[in-house]
Amino acid sequence: MQTLIFRTAAPYLTGLMLMFSVFVLLRGHNEPGGGFTGGLIAASAFGIHGIAFGVPAVRRALNFHPMAIAGFGLFVAAVAGLPSLVFGVPFLTGLWSAPSFFGISVDLSTVMIFDIGVYLVVVGSFTSIALALEDREHD
Amino acid sequence: MAETILQIAGVLIFFSITMGVVRLVIGPTMIDRVVAIDMLTVVSISLIALYAHISGRFVYLDVALVYGLLSFLAVLAIARFLEKGP
Repeated sequence: MQTLIFRTAAPYLTGLMLMFSVFVLLRGHNEPGGGFTGGLIAASAFGIHGIAFGVPAVRRALNFHPMAIAGFGLFVAAVAGLPSLVFGVPFLTGLWSAPSFFGISVDLSTVMIFDIGVYLVVVGSFTSIALALEDREHD
Repeated sequence: MAETILQIAGVLIFFSITMGVVRLVIGPTMIDRVVAIDMLTVVSISLIALYAHISGRFVYLDVALVYGLLSFLAVLAIARFLEKGP
């Protein structure tokens, strides 16, 4: 879209939405949010970038093919189930640990790794759909 | 005092939604309807914020934020569609 105001505002909006999507992703365990919602917000951020600067710019910015990102997310989500093999509990059981960095205890879990995998799957697949729809309009 | 202000805000939001729906129904052109939908979105965001204050659950404010960002994308997509012509 050849609009100066939108083209100026779009990168800031994209960055803001990506940051907010990560916030929603990491907050997801105890409060509303999570991988799916965060992934949708990130995908719409890429959608705005695509409407402003065109599909090739988004493909350059992503660095990987969106479907590769989705595949990697699926891999991460599956790997999140493997630690339960070591502890002898059913597959994908949530395992928690709270290591402390500089006196601050940080809760880490396999649930979060699974959620990050879901996030990547949603980002990849929905961005791929959006880019395919954008591309087809120019044919 | 605060109760009165909240009630006035609720009444104003109600009238804004009524006006927006009227414009959405009678709007002669497509652009009028798009603007009406955008206005209804903004009014809905203020309704969500009001409800977040009344119910005391501030999680709803995040819903309002996400709704604002996504409605911007929707209006953008419709504007792009109108720019090219159906």
